[in-house]
Amino acid sequence: MAGDRTSLSRADEAVAEGAAPPSDGRALARREGDEMRALLPAIEPERMLNDWGRSERVEGAFDRTLYEFSYRYWFRVEVEGIANVPDDGGALLVSNHGGALPPDAAMITKAIREEHPAPRPVYLTVEHFFKGYPGFSMLIPKIGGVAAHPANVHRLLYDERQLVLVFPEGRKGTEKLFKDRYRLRRFGRGGFVEAAMRAEAKLVPICVVGAEEAMPIFAHVPALQKLTGLIYFPITPTFPWLGPLGMLGYLPAKFKIRFLEPIDTVELGGAAAVDDKALVQSVAQEIRARIQENLQEMIGKRRSVWFG
Amino acid sequence: MSPDEPGGGGSGAEHVVGGDSTKRVLITGVATYWGARLAQALESFEQIEAIIGVGAHEPRREFERTEFVKVSNQHSLIQRIVRAAEIDTVIDTRMVVNSLAAPPQEAHENNVIGTMNILAGCAGPDSPVRKFIFKSAAQYYGSERDDPAFFEERMRRPHPPRASVERDLVEAEAAVADFAEKNPEMTVTVLRCANVLGPDVETAFTRMFSLPLVPMVLGFDPRLQFVHEDDIVHALEHAALTDVPGTFNVAADGVLALSETIDLLGKRALPVLAPLGGGLLAAPLRRLGVRIPEELVNLLRFGRGVDNRLYKATGFTYGYTSRETVIRLGEHLRLWPVVRGRDDGYHYEREVEEFLRWSPHVRRERSEREGVAADRDVLGI
Repeated sequence: MAGDRTSLSRADEAVAEGAAPPSDGRALARREGDEMRALLPAIEPERMLNDWGRSERVEGAFDRTLYEFSYRYWFRVEVEGIANVPDDGGALLVSNHGGALPPDAAMITKAIREEHPAPRPVYLTVEHFFKGYPGFSMLIPKIGGVAAHPANVHRLLYDERQLVLVFPEGRKGTEKLFKDRYRLRRFGRGGFVEAAMRAEAKLVPICVVGAEEAMPIFAHVPALQKLTGLIYFPITPTFPWLGPLGMLGYLPAKFKIRFLEPIDTVELGGAAAVDDKALVQSVAQEIRARIQENLQEMIGKRRSVWFG
Repeated sequence: MSPDEPGGGGSGAEHVVGGDSTKRVLITGVATYWGARLAQALESFEQIEAIIGVGAHEPRREFERTEFVKVSNQHSLIQRIVRAAEIDTVIDTRMVVNSLAAPPQEAHENNVIGTMNILAGCAGPDSPVRKFIFKSAAQYYGSERDDPAFFEERMRRPHPPRASVERDLVEAEAAVADFAEKNPEMTVTVLRCANVLGPDVETAFTRMFSLPLVPMVLGFDPRLQFVHEDDIVHALEHAALTDVPGTFNVAADGVLALSETIDLLGKRALPVLAPLGGGLLAAPLRRLGVRIPEELVNLLRFGRGVDNRLYKATGFTYGYTSRETVIRLGEHLRLWPVVRGRDDGYHYEREVEEFLRWSPHVRRERSEREGVAADRDVLGI
């Protein structure tokens, strides 16, 4: 598994390296886009899976049991600004990330399904190494996970006009220790901004409070990581004390999810401005700053980690 | 999109031009399944004056008017045939993409050296060839952990090829691309076909799916995309009858999970433990009497999907989706034990074929007229 680590650190940044669609003339590109969209395979209603391998049945089973329980009773999720998630069109949801095996993705997906007036499925970008792990490789696509390849993100946002969730901090976010909680890591190389601009999709920043306390990491043990071949070997309140199941031992922290005002990438110049690295960087910086600012405000107001 | 929509206008115009320019066709690999099917399909187009089939072995399907010339991939002979018959379109269907079909050395000889010889036979300043169609395969893209979910034609494979047929495909396509660059006035079409299923064709997947239990790698459920054998023939036909320069993926709509495919076939899965990746997967299966070709080992873990919209944009329509293709195969597999052995095998007999085509005693005109008359009678006209 030597290749894992390089692909890991590159995964969120890889979004930047997609091949650009022809950008000669905006109207032409748009017409072409519509034509190619019309050629997408039709949905076959008899199927239980879609072309990404997403399974209604498996996802529904998770949704009714594990997600439902965590969302309502364990994390008691509170949602603000759900109207900032657009009703239609592609949108890239950008969130902070924290805690070992973070439950934030599932809770954001569930929040949109529960609170949004026009609920839509959310595709979660995951790192490539999951495709190489038996079991995960089977399960993750079924519950809406898609490898964080720039071409995948572009197809979802541009051609299929779906909601895509990214964690630009990537593994650096999940690795951080409890003492560094809610301190945002570097946002990759701004690849997610490029992906959204190329697809002319909206960017929706999201703040999640609670995930860092749900499974705090107190230390890493690199020697054990090497020995087990895991992505990392964290010391959490339940792991490794309870064995592999300890990875699911979340503490009942109160979750708060805040959806921030969307950013319209068309106003920023859309697909034509993708090559403007300075613009891409400054947008990425701004999103990071806005999430950080809101996180600090939310934590400032929070009286208790467990009761909100 | 239907071809008469405004967007299809450009290719529609080419359609007419291309239809005119294809009159005299040379099909390579006519002894293989695809060459023979294509020759049979093209025979029904009146605008095609001549169909010459070349191959190293004798054809196993009966032709109406295709002329068979037994010649292996020798470029000087191909060149002579091409010039003598004033061939304007060469369709190369020889590629071997199943490593169990031929030993690697033989496959390489055919796939890479053969392609180079055919290209050499078509090249040259006084060559009458205006169009070259090359049947490639989606194995070109390989199957790796960090692949995109849908390969597009302009993407390159992210890792160097692993299996020998993949290596062959990459090399052969490079030769074709080089040929296209050096002959800009020629229409060069490359079709990358997804894994083919169908009642007649025998591929690694049809063989795997006909087992009572279909092997799956434990913990993996790859996404696979198929295409029906008839759609491949139609895709080659479309490239012959229209001018569609470029490289295109040919794959049916819909990407299925392997578990879904097995379900549609009405079979059961046999999960196989492959503890340390692909190499060890083949070994326990071989012990069970199941041979998995090396190019399938990664595919059974990581799967592959391709974007098929570019070829559809040229006006091509598929007859079957991936799901329908699998359902058809399932029906065939259930029927097979009942109808097996009933088809009378065709044997190519040179003397008989030559007599039927060239003998002055065969009354061609009349028999054709009678055939038409008989058809009319049936219809009651």
